[in-house]
Amino acid sequence: MSSIPTDAVKPGRASLFYDPKIRGYVYQFVLLAVVAFVIWSAASNAIENLRAQKIASGFGFWHNAAGFDVNQKLIPFSASGSTYGQAFWVGLLNTLLVASIGIVLSTFLGFFVGVARLSSNWVLAKLAMIYVEVIRNLPLLLQLFFWYNAVLKPLPDARNSIALPGSIFLNNRGLILPNPQFGPAFQAVVIAFFVAVVVAFVFYRWSKTQQARTGTQYPNGLITLALILGVPLLVFFLAGSPLSFELPQQGRFNLTGGLQIFPEFVALLIGLTTYTAGFIAEVVRAGILAVSKGQTEAAHALGLRPGPTLKLVVIPQAMRVIIPPLTSNYLNLTKNSSLAVAIGYPDLVQVFTGTVLNQTGQAVEVVAITMAVYLTISLVTSLFMNIYNKRMALVER
Amino acid sequence: MTDATLENAPHAFVRKQTLEQEAPPLSVAGPLAWVRNNLFSGPVNSFMTLICVYVVATSLPDLIRFYFIDAVWSGTNRDACLADKVGRPVGACWAYVADRFQYFIYGSYPVSQRWRVNIVFLMFALAVVWMLWDRAPLKKLGAFFFFVVMPLGAYVLLVGGADAEGVLRTVIMITLALAVLYLVLSFVPGIARFWTPAPLLEVERAATPLQRFQNPKRLILLALVVFGLIAVLADTAGLPRADTGLWGGIMVTFLIAAVGIVFSLPLGVLLALGRRSRLPIIQLLSVIFIEFVRGVPLITVLFMANTMLPLFVPQEWSPDRLLRPLIGVALFAAAYMAEVIRGGLQAIPKGQYEGAMSLGLGYWQMMRLIILPQALRIVIPGIVNTFIGLFKDTTLVTVVGIFDFLRTIEATLVDPTWATPTTRATGYAFAAIFYFLCCWGMSRYSVSVEQRLAAGQKR
Repeated sequence: MSSIPTDAVKPGRASLFYDPKIRGYVYQFVLLAVVAFVIWSAASNAIENLRAQKIASGFGFWHNAAGFDVNQKLIPFSASGSTYGQAFWVGLLNTLLVASIGIVLSTFLGFFVGVARLSSNWVLAKLAMIYVEVIRNLPLLLQLFFWYNAVLKPLPDARNSIALPGSIFLNNRGLILPNPQFGPAFQAVVIAFFVAVVVAFVFYRWSKTQQARTGTQYPNGLITLALILGVPLLVFFLAGSPLSFELPQQGRFNLTGGLQIFPEFVALLIGLTTYTAGFIAEVVRAGILAVSKGQTEAAHALGLRPGPTLKLVVIPQAMRVIIPPLTSNYLNLTKNSSLAVAIGYPDLVQVFTGTVLNQTGQAVEVVAITMAVYLTISLVTSLFMNIYNKRMALVER
Repeated sequence: MTDATLENAPHAFVRKQTLEQEAPPLSVAGPLAWVRNNLFSGPVNSFMTLICVYVVATSLPDLIRFYFIDAVWSGTNRDACLADKVGRPVGACWAYVADRFQYFIYGSYPVSQRWRVNIVFLMFALAVVWMLWDRAPLKKLGAFFFFVVMPLGAYVLLVGGADAEGVLRTVIMITLALAVLYLVLSFVPGIARFWTPAPLLEVERAATPLQRFQNPKRLILLALVVFGLIAVLADTAGLPRADTGLWGGIMVTFLIAAVGIVFSLPLGVLLALGRRSRLPIIQLLSVIFIEFVRGVPLITVLFMANTMLPLFVPQEWSPDRLLRPLIGVALFAAAYMAEVIRGGLQAIPKGQYEGAMSLGLGYWQMMRLIILPQALRIVIPGIVNTFIGLFKDTTLVTVVGIFDFLRTIEATLVDPTWATPTTRATGYAFAAIFYFLCCWGMSRYSVSVEQRLAAGQKR
């Protein structure tokens, strides 16, 4: 047992052919060479083809006049004076607009449906289940076509608009709302709002440390609400109500004035929200189910009532499970907003990869820029996600 | 007091025997209690119940009336579905679906050649059942059929023409060559010593020629039979070229999904292995590809395939209009598959890797014989779920002008032959039923696999 006869184990040098290290280098070198060759031949072919088709290359087109108009724009844009670069920003802002509103709405709807699926109310739970099953098993594009072509398009024309309370009109050109006109003093209200948010946050931290130290509890919710709503309202009235509405007027043939929300936007928003909410609902359900029943029972045994149990024990643990897939659902929603191109909402893909690509023919540059935008959004989000995960991860001994 | 039992109790008012158990009160058990506990347990709950019931009660009868009672089931053109022509309120126009059914399935594929599509459908169904049904025999053969024989056969049958015949001839030649090679090998096993380890060679030598031929025989036989049948078909019926511009409908939807799975699964395995590789360059390239594809929407990948792919290859190789999105979808799906499979690889305990290595298996032998069979098995639900996503995403090829199922529906909606107020609702309902049945069926399958896999861990 003590000594192994040395001549029994001959270490013997393996030939270079069988050396795993050398093999590894060779494999990697071969792969690198293949990839490099593919890229090189693609590039040289592209240069050749572009020259044959007389398509310019480079990013010079960015400053060329666009010559087309976009119906929904958050920054000034016109067919006559704007460039392709500005078209890019119009599209990007529209993408971000629909994505951010969609994320907020789908979170609310998704949490509601997810909790409803676990409800003890049989009818509610079954309806929520049907909702989730139907929404998740149908292609988003079909749902968008449904909302746009089957629901919003058949609405009456402008002359016969459906009048809703509050001077809101609904017709096949979209939803016409009263257009808010902000007076110059309105800035003060905005500033007051942000100040109130900061103050509320500081107060919340202070009350938490106070509670940890002395045990005194403060009505945090009420005070936060009063600060965030009350202060801006107070400033609003002190500044002399610097806000008025331009009401849409029902004319003989047409509606004039008002803020028009385009049907493409509404359809995309409804479609994205309801679709993503179906997925978020499942994430939420899984997260709540992941918290073992013993946690709830232990909290009850400690004398916590159902409200605080949910708030202090169940939700913090469920969130740890919920947040990562929730973020990937947010990313999916942002990426899915590119389906706008199918119903004509002027998002990044429709304006830039659609119209600009068709007009300039510079496929490589345009597609590369579009992909870079989405990639940036994804990478930034997953960066934050990783930081958050590190902070939230269970600290194990 | 010792004999003061129940029987000889002195008083008349003391019961002599125990009572029968009474039914629980209505407020605790029975339907009424169920309703109270589950539907009206509190003010919020009652309110929710009332709202839900109201929603169902107002929408369901209308839906049933529209899609069934008032529906029109037969007719040849729009007149059948116009309320003033029929003289009654008209609901869903199922006659339109019946009339356009062939178009929804085959698109504009030449009518006389549609039997070719049917054969491919049959092959596809056979392959899917073979792979997915857990008690089907000869799984390895099934995999070979799914990933090699079916795609080649489908290509030859669907495309047709001189190209396809060339491919068919080459494939048959290769199969025959392999058959000859194995025949030689089974009689002269000594040749195999260049690539077979010595102990295995001893086993080979000990066997009779027939036994040696046993192993790859089935694969070659299957390929020969299928390709031979196709060759006979091509010879008797002829396979004229069917231009891909004419393809459409469910056929194209299935085609994209099938191409997606057939190419993305092997590619995904390679990418997942690459991502877990110890070789830094291979790992880096895999990570870049996976994260890049997962970070961009499918639509941009499709745009890229559609507009950039023709630029990247010499003019004369410019890929077919249908081929471009297929490449895009396959690459896109591969990145997602890779992540699913990586999850499976990570779930395999380290002991399995070490055990395989201690047996003296090389990297590829270890992966092929020990790791991948286990890893792929546990990620079947994940693969199916990814595939459901892929199946829904096939609709996006509409954007680059391919006539998939959804696009054929949209196309018939602008056709004046069936332009009625209810056509659109009918068409969308039909599409919804189709996609729902496919996706829901797959997700049920995935759940059942999950339960089967979890059976061992259940307490």
